[in-house]
Amino acid sequence: MDNGLERLVFAFFNAEIAAEWAPKILEGVWVTILVSLAVVATGLALGLALAALRAYRFRAVNAAIVAFVDILRALPPLVVIIILFFAFPYLDLPMSAFTATWLSLSLVLAAFAEEIWWAGILAVPRGQWEAARSTGLGFGATLGYVVLPQAVRMTVPPLVNRVIAVTKGTALGSVVALSEIVSQASSAASLAGNPTPLTLGAAAYLAIFVPVVVLGRWIETRFAWKR
Amino acid sequence: MTVAEAIPPVPILELAGLHKSFGSLKVLDGIDLAVRPRELVFVIGPSGSGKSTLLRCCNRLEEPDSGAVIVDGADIMRPGTDLNAVRQKIGMVFQSFNLYPHMTALGNVTLALCKVQGLDREAAELRGRAALAQVGLSDKEASYPNALSGGQQQRVGIARALALGPKIVLFDEPTSALDPELVGSVLAVMRELKAAGMTMVVVSHELAFARAAADRVVFMEGGRIVEQGPPAAIFGNPREARTQAFVSRLSQGHG
Repeated sequence: MDNGLERLVFAFFNAEIAAEWAPKILEGVWVTILVSLAVVATGLALGLALAALRAYRFRAVNAAIVAFVDILRALPPLVVIIILFFAFPYLDLPMSAFTATWLSLSLVLAAFAEEIWWAGILAVPRGQWEAARSTGLGFGATLGYVVLPQAVRMTVPPLVNRVIAVTKGTALGSVVALSEIVSQASSAASLAGNPTPLTLGAAAYLAIFVPVVVLGRWIETRFAWKR
Repeated sequence: MTVAEAIPPVPILELAGLHKSFGSLKVLDGIDLAVRPRELVFVIGPSGSGKSTLLRCCNRLEEPDSGAVIVDGADIMRPGTDLNAVRQKIGMVFQSFNLYPHMTALGNVTLALCKVQGLDREAAELRGRAALAQVGLSDKEASYPNALSGGQQQRVGIARALALGPKIVLFDEPTSALDPELVGSVLAVMRELKAAGMTMVVVSHELAFARAAADRVVFMEGGRIVEQGPPAAIFGNPREARTQAFVSRLSQGHG
């Protein structure tokens, strides 16, 4: 038993190796944070824009939005990344690993966020629209000032979950050699001949995402209000 | 028709030949109604008689199939009508209040002042506070709807309509969603409005209020106006058997 525990500690919690490879993991941390922030900003903004556009109920536009959303919700994010990174160069649209990962995950997050926000818009009672329109507010103003603020608040919990799930997908960037945490950790592990860098990577994910989860919970309570 | 003669004859709201169907169901089947300035017209009728639809056609929240809706001299059914401008003239108060839950009482009242009438914040709040004072809620301007009683919420709803300076206010069963003890505060505000000369169309089952405050009672059934006249005539001595049956049923129900 003692021998087994020692070997485990040597393999996964090796202080010497950890100290040696920490800087490389840290580089990966910055890349992960950068891609994540870009994905959250782009994905949520695009999702909100699509949900708002869908509220206007132009038939052709809505069909296009639904098609986009259904396809991107059905495809594994990894497949989207691979398509963008390996296929688009044939169309003379080469993109960096960063761009491919950011764009793929943003589109996926946008698709999910659109569905969540659209559900929120539908959940706002019809009387809210009617009250606002009866005071002379136009469709856009009603959507912007009355309906969306309520829809967004109602949908904070599912959005937070989805944001966390998709941003963790930045790890998928490792397949196109984006130098984020997983990619850095696994190359460090093979160079060191010891899996401790993977432990460091796991710790890095906890350090990044536990605060996000806590922040998400705070936002949920902050924006919850009695109806 | 002595009451009608005392009121200036040019209507502020006029419905002519109004029809509206939901699918095969005729909800409004040829409505003609003129509301003169300062008049309080009270609309009664059984559930499904088209009262609420009638009201909602007046500002085109509901789109009539045919007919004319003349507000302040202009047919708002005409193509090219600026509905958002017309709606400034027509206040509307809803059965379920429909206050914006994410805004304070003052925010509810000032939203359209800022975003539609283009007032700056200070001017809007001045008007908003005056409207809240009118409904007796000056001390509640910072309260969110969930912190207000039903009666207070409905009074904020009335203030929201009044703040825009409407020429007529439509009330769609304003007290139906209220606990009985809260009804009085809302009716008191409506009575004051009437006294101040506001033109009002009220769909409601509050017959005592109708008797006391209405200039004219309109009885609807099956999408048509069956009978109309001063409250004393409609409640005391209705000509139509259907009116009589409805009024006596309603009076019994309300003790």
